[in-house]
Amino acid sequence: MIELDYTLRTVALGAAVLGLSSGSLGAFAVLRGQSLLGDAISHAALPGVALAFLLTASKAPLVLVVGAGLAGWVGTLCVSAVVERSRVPYDAALGIVLSVFFGLGMVLLTYIQSQPDASQAGLDTFLFGQAAALVGRDVVTMAVLGAVALVAMLVFWKEFKLLLFDPDFAASQGLPVRALDVGLTTLLVIAIVIGLQTVGVVLMSALIVAPAAAARQWTDRLWGVVALAGLFGALSGASGALLSATGARVPTGPTIVLVATFVVGVSLLLAPRRGLVAAWARGIRNRRVLRVAGTLEDLYTLALAHEDVHYPHPAATLQTMTARPEAVGPTLDRLQRQGLVEPRDDAWALTARGLAEARRLARTRADEHDPARLGAEATGRRRQPGEPDR
Amino acid sequence: MTPQLEIQLIAAVTAAACALVGAFLVLRKTAMLSDAISHAILPGIVLAYFQTENLNSPLLLIAAAGAGVLTVGAIEALGQTRLVKQDAAIALVFPALFSIGVVLISRFASGVHLDTDAVLLGDPAFSWIERLIVGGRDLGPQSLWLMGSVLLVVAAFIALFYKELKISTFDAALAGALGLAPAAVHYALMSLVSVVAVGAFDVVGSILVVALMIAPPAAAWLLTDRLPVLLGLSVGLGVASAVSGYWVARLFDVSISGAMAVMAGVLFTAAFAFAPDRGLVAQARRRARQRVAFAERMLLVHLLHHEHTPEADRECRVSHLQEHLHWAPAFASRAVRAAERGGAVRRSGDRLALTDAGRASAQRAMVE
Repeated sequence: MIELDYTLRTVALGAAVLGLSSGSLGAFAVLRGQSLLGDAISHAALPGVALAFLLTASKAPLVLVVGAGLAGWVGTLCVSAVVERSRVPYDAALGIVLSVFFGLGMVLLTYIQSQPDASQAGLDTFLFGQAAALVGRDVVTMAVLGAVALVAMLVFWKEFKLLLFDPDFAASQGLPVRALDVGLTTLLVIAIVIGLQTVGVVLMSALIVAPAAAARQWTDRLWGVVALAGLFGALSGASGALLSATGARVPTGPTIVLVATFVVGVSLLLAPRRGLVAAWARGIRNRRVLRVAGTLEDLYTLALAHEDVHYPHPAATLQTMTARPEAVGPTLDRLQRQGLVEPRDDAWALTARGLAEARRLARTRADEHDPARLGAEATGRRRQPGEPDR
Repeated sequence: MTPQLEIQLIAAVTAAACALVGAFLVLRKTAMLSDAISHAILPGIVLAYFQTENLNSPLLLIAAAGAGVLTVGAIEALGQTRLVKQDAAIALVFPALFSIGVVLISRFASGVHLDTDAVLLGDPAFSWIERLIVGGRDLGPQSLWLMGSVLLVVAAFIALFYKELKISTFDAALAGALGLAPAAVHYALMSLVSVVAVGAFDVVGSILVVALMIAPPAAAWLLTDRLPVLLGLSVGLGVASAVSGYWVARLFDVSISGAMAVMAGVLFTAAFAFAPDRGLVAQARRRARQRVAFAERMLLVHLLHHEHTPEADRECRVSHLQEHLHWAPAFASRAVRAAERGGAVRRSGDRLALTDAGRASAQRAMVE
């Protein structure tokens, strides 16, 4: 029992470490529009794992991770070489590097398997990952690498932030943009190889993107996104690994990915300002405010056509003036609660306050249609930079 | 037919179908959707497989096409919320669907023919074993018939909707204005990609199918500017990758599908390096040629400048160019040789003199 607890603790700790580093470093990749780069790097790492084993005959985690990292890094170089020196678009270059490197990895793995003496067992856990196989020294390797990457991120925080939001300005300030770009990509590579053994090359990219995509919904600040992404990543990693290690026959990588995706789903729906539920409620509120104002104005229009501005008009008349007649009843009730209209003789009349409010609305509307203000602003179109003032 | 030949034929037909749909993905800059689709169809395949217990059943194709279209729809819907970028939407949707597929397999289907390794890697080596037998007669491998029909459907679709595909690929706005329904074309193409991916996944697996869809058309695009030629070249390069990959795998006793992807990469690299107009070598040669042409002009202007002056005898010498124009001796002699070949300069020993033609072109160069 104690033994089991120790294993579970190791697994959960390892998965939390990898989630923390991939989540926070992935935030930079996602915000830079490089969400799919992680996919290419993680697939490209496979031949590195196989080559490292072929050359050293060792399965020490550090050896395999260094091999994976170098191959992943070469993969990113290939992507930028193809994009810079040919007309092949970025995503096609990603796809080619991803699949061809992975194919090479498969060739090397099957070659290793065909060697009679080699004990290759364990290398194919790099495909889907196996948290249950994590032992203490794996977790130590992961933690050291993750700490190095996170410290580097904090040391160069200001530079990376500038690179992220305004690379042109960074260059004009004399920052070595190219070197920073390579440095940030290298940190991403480190974050990915940390997770390869646990999550697998196929799904590691999800752990780069999902925590950051979830974190982005809750905050607009970079440090907030990075910290939250690290937290979400660690939580998804630990709980996914525990689920997989205790549940029967479910590989770790997919389980962690599904937990992380669940966190994304919750964030997309429930985040306070950007969330879909909040946006939906805002839409309903806005439409109601518009309907209330519209009905009040309709009543004012009718009132103006009559000598007595407080003369009551039936709801049926108001219904003919709107696109949503069925909403007129509830809207009138709402106006009555606000003290802007009152029922009289089965019809509705403006109160004194309602009249003042309707006049105010009409004035605002008139301002909006004022020819003097018919510039770019009133047509709702923003002037483009460099476009002459009209 | 021997199994050997059948395997190659299956691989070649698969590669051809992949290359045809892939060409449009590459040109439309949606290449990574092939990666997304080939992963995301997995739950569709698994559920249909639970129903039919046969990996070559047409029901799998329909389920997968549905799953593929749903995936693309989900990615686009997620992108349209503006809460995540389009590429992040891709990277969120397909790993989730793929994970569901893997969990379904490992919970409910492990040990049967459908296992996670087969899903990822495929294996053409066994693709010939299931035979299509009609009325007691063996008509060949089921997967050859399956992929052959998929290839026919793809080819027929491209032939029928060639105009729509072409215009919506190169100018979606124009296609919309002409009433060619670019959105319908897009989704039709995506369902074709799904059908090809599910047909091919048995043979090459869900990751390596991406190599066959993207690498051959990308290589072809470096070789030509014409769509029909590009389609033909893509198919040719795809088939070449498949067949050469098969033999490489036989030679070294390694994964056939992996070797096919590697050969697709080798062919792409070859095109990237040696394509006649756009390859790295052609780019380097063009730059070198331009450098020599510019140097030749500078030489002519230099000679013109010093012609008939007292120091002409000192200035108009090959050995002096290094000093005055800072040219390395080898480069100086290349420029001089180019000028001599063009008939602009006469050389006697170390001394250089402009010909009439050379003088005229030097004067032209000064004016420009």
